[in-house]
Amino acid sequence: MKPFALALALAVSSPALAAAEPIAIINAKIETVGPAGTLASATLVMDNGKIVAVGPSVVIPKGAKIIDAKGAIVTPGLVAATTSLGISEIEQVPSTRDDGAGGQIGAAFNPAAGVNPDAPTIALARLNGLTRAFLTPVAGRSGNGAHAHDDSAFDTAGGHEQDDPTLFAGQSIGINLSANTPDLIFKTNAGMVLEFGESAAAAAGGSRGASLIILKRVLADVRHFAANRALYDKGEGRDLMVSRLDLEALVPVVQGKTPLLVRVSSANDIRQVLKLAKEENLTIVLEGAEEGWRVASDLAAAKVPVIIDTQAALPASFETLATHLRNAQILYQAGVQVSIMGSRDYNNLRQSRMNAGTAVAHGLPYQAALAAITLNPAKIWGADKEIGSIEAGKAADVVIWSGDPLEGQSYATAVFIAGQAQPMTSRSTELAARYKPSADGIARPAYRN
Amino acid sequence: MWTKVKVAKQIGVQSDCESAGIALVRDHDFVLPNTKYIVSQKAIALSLRHSILSASAVALVLSVTLVAGCETTSAAQNAKPASTEPAAKPKATPKPLAKGMDSNAALDPFPSTYKPLPGVATAIVGATILTAAGEEIENGTIVFADGKIVAVGKDVAIPDGAKRVEGRGKFVTPGIIDIHSHLGVYPSPGVQANSDGNEATDPNTAEVWAEHSIWPQDPGFNRAREGGITSLMILPGSANLFGGRSVTLKNVPSITEQGMKFPGAPYGLKMACGENPKRVYGSRSRSPSTRMGNIAVARRAWIDAADYNRKWNDYRAKVAAGESAGDPPKRDLKLETLSGVLNGDILVQNHCYRADEMALMMDMAKEFGYKITTFHHSSEAYKLAPVLKEADICSATWADWQGFKMESLDGIAENAGILQAHGACTIIHSDDATMIQHLNQEAALAMGVAARAGIPVSRLEAIKWITANPARAMGIGAKTGSLEVGKMADIVLWDRDPFSTYALAQTVYVDGGIAYDRNDPATHARSDFDLGRPSLEQK
Repeated sequence: MKPFALALALAVSSPALAAAEPIAIINAKIETVGPAGTLASATLVMDNGKIVAVGPSVVIPKGAKIIDAKGAIVTPGLVAATTSLGISEIEQVPSTRDDGAGGQIGAAFNPAAGVNPDAPTIALARLNGLTRAFLTPVAGRSGNGAHAHDDSAFDTAGGHEQDDPTLFAGQSIGINLSANTPDLIFKTNAGMVLEFGESAAAAAGGSRGASLIILKRVLADVRHFAANRALYDKGEGRDLMVSRLDLEALVPVVQGKTPLLVRVSSANDIRQVLKLAKEENLTIVLEGAEEGWRVASDLAAAKVPVIIDTQAALPASFETLATHLRNAQILYQAGVQVSIMGSRDYNNLRQSRMNAGTAVAHGLPYQAALAAITLNPAKIWGADKEIGSIEAGKAADVVIWSGDPLEGQSYATAVFIAGQAQPMTSRSTELAARYKPSADGIARPAYRN
Repeated sequence: MWTKVKVAKQIGVQSDCESAGIALVRDHDFVLPNTKYIVSQKAIALSLRHSILSASAVALVLSVTLVAGCETTSAAQNAKPASTEPAAKPKATPKPLAKGMDSNAALDPFPSTYKPLPGVATAIVGATILTAAGEEIENGTIVFADGKIVAVGKDVAIPDGAKRVEGRGKFVTPGIIDIHSHLGVYPSPGVQANSDGNEATDPNTAEVWAEHSIWPQDPGFNRAREGGITSLMILPGSANLFGGRSVTLKNVPSITEQGMKFPGAPYGLKMACGENPKRVYGSRSRSPSTRMGNIAVARRAWIDAADYNRKWNDYRAKVAAGESAGDPPKRDLKLETLSGVLNGDILVQNHCYRADEMALMMDMAKEFGYKITTFHHSSEAYKLAPVLKEADICSATWADWQGFKMESLDGIAENAGILQAHGACTIIHSDDATMIQHLNQEAALAMGVAARAGIPVSRLEAIKWITANPARAMGIGAKTGSLEVGKMADIVLWDRDPFSTYALAQTVYVDGGIAYDRNDPATHARSDFDLGRPSLEQK
């Protein structure tokens, strides 16, 4: 496999995100998730949107705003590895969803236009320590496990039905979750999303074999198109299976420049995907990989990273029969790079840190669990030079916690994105403030009776 | 004449709500050689609710006063013993109803065959014990034998011969209880052939019983047990206004549903507010298609049920008086369930997200004289917390599942904390086959957010969210849900504070028997479905 190329320049510290003054966080237990490891009592300085220094004895610049962490844990901002945050607000209200395109081939779909910086879900995620998210479109299946038997009639955005799922769901993009700018996108064309297994079989007419044929033919078309652009500009090329826009979107994938995220679950399907990736020379990442532990050594050998949901413990479908809570630990032990996701829909996104804790409970080392929700997702999408750990030169995405961030009872007490302190409020906290009993015992909600 | 009334089952006079919850005197708890209903159950129930003491109800005043405010014991249940007052001798021998046609005689046609797992007298020594009855005992000891808790405390003698389990550094809690589960009716794997949770063919399917859909081989029961779940209520879905009856199970491996059925647990009726019924039927151009349609269809059903009740009561009164009663009413399963609610035998478990709709449901309950036991999901319960406390209605909610549909838009993770701060009955439920495996951690999430909001909840209280409170709202609070002498030995031994993300259930006891021991593979139940398939355990 090829290493991920940085196809596009990152714009991590755009002017809108620059903080006015340097900020120094002192007396912090810093989990750098970088080479410095855990710093028991250290100082972190950020300026001009970036981390400028971190360590036990750091010179604090003149005029810096000093925040005393009083021994609290500081981590890099959490990074959602794969989510619909900001492009899907209310799952069952289609008009608030921009997370998919529909149609059999959706490679050209770019969710960028649908990113809503005003979605209350972004503040909710931010309050839980998330500072960056990689948006990966969904194909024509869904519920996304959110509330599968709530009699939901709706599937995904764009009026998808279960009978017209896609193979390629579209392009992934990276966003920051800052309240300070409407321009959240910091990385475009981060990768491509492909469905495989049951979902792809349904898209292809009923069988995995059929989906594989379509897939290979599309990839062949992309290569042919890339090599014969001039012909097609003149309208003389041979017939191709998909539109020119879809072909263009897939060119960097067949060139191995951007990763192909493959949603796949069973051990057998993973083997098929590994074989395909080898034949086609693709750089792939797996999402789901519920049975990944069964092929852990194959994944390690192929250097294929995985994004998994560590809560998964049930044979929820016939492609996840051997799902196990030790998936993360076994994959990690085998040498696979593991990222941990929350549920895809925003309201469960908050659970990614708890999922990391669950993985620890089932054997994953603590530091590996922290990396799985910070640095590793950044690595997958080729953004680890800019975000994902607390290191000088990286974007100042920093969270101060009330306790161990992997504990459910902990919460973020301060969140910085590109060096800027974020508001610690959301629609939820405003509702809570309105209805919780007041300190003086006098209720003052706006609405009564 | 009444010869024997098993009022002794009430376990004496209870002063606290949780115990009163189980003091149900159900029809089948009586031996009725000569049934006589002088005053209709409904009339008694209504008169008591309005504090109008009819002569025939005077005998009940005491017991009703004692349990006033306890949601699971309705006046009607206590009313029944009153009808034992001497009546005139029958003038004629009534013709017995055909088998299966007497709605009073057939209340338990699918009886529990549950048998507790074998267990030995056991003492867990040195653990921190969260009793869910208001105590946190450090370095405590809990002793149980013959399926029951024998002693809990700091200085407890360990009986001779009791198996000693080292608890130092560990925690003991009651078995975790989920009041909202669809395990078995929406089992894994989630294929259409096994999707049996919603009889979405009519807005009122009060006649269906969740227990008839349960697939006991659902691997989800085993995963839930590994997360400490010892009892759970299985509900029909929320497609319908009246989804049908819920059933309460003991979480033990069993070939049949009856083998899991919690002995003596009352039935629940799943009701639903809001979006789901109106969407499901509106999309078929049927009523209800609006929220006003929801209420109209529901009221019509209650009217039918009250009428059904009246017909039966009239019939029985006539038979009892030796008068000519004519044809008996025809037994109707739908109306029988609703009638069971009106009579207080069946507890209302009401899916309802929005505060305004909860208020409407409460008014409707008043109109027809029934009690709502629990609002489920209850995303906006925090807006109505003082009202819910006053009405003694429990709210079963998630820690932070919210915003996935319009009616859950105002769901907030502070919900449980605010309810608790107002002193309202608070429950964390799952409604999910995965979440049920870590309700302790869901509770921890709600605790964290409550602390952030400045209304911290102690683990002393939070443990009740997933044990004593759901037990109470399921009508089994006198039997399980807290660690008190005499209760079922449904117990979890945790490797650490159960509200830690890292906590794992070490041993799960159900009625004193080991249902799961993390260190003993022989107790790791695998369903028949799991056999012959790849698994980590088989590797």
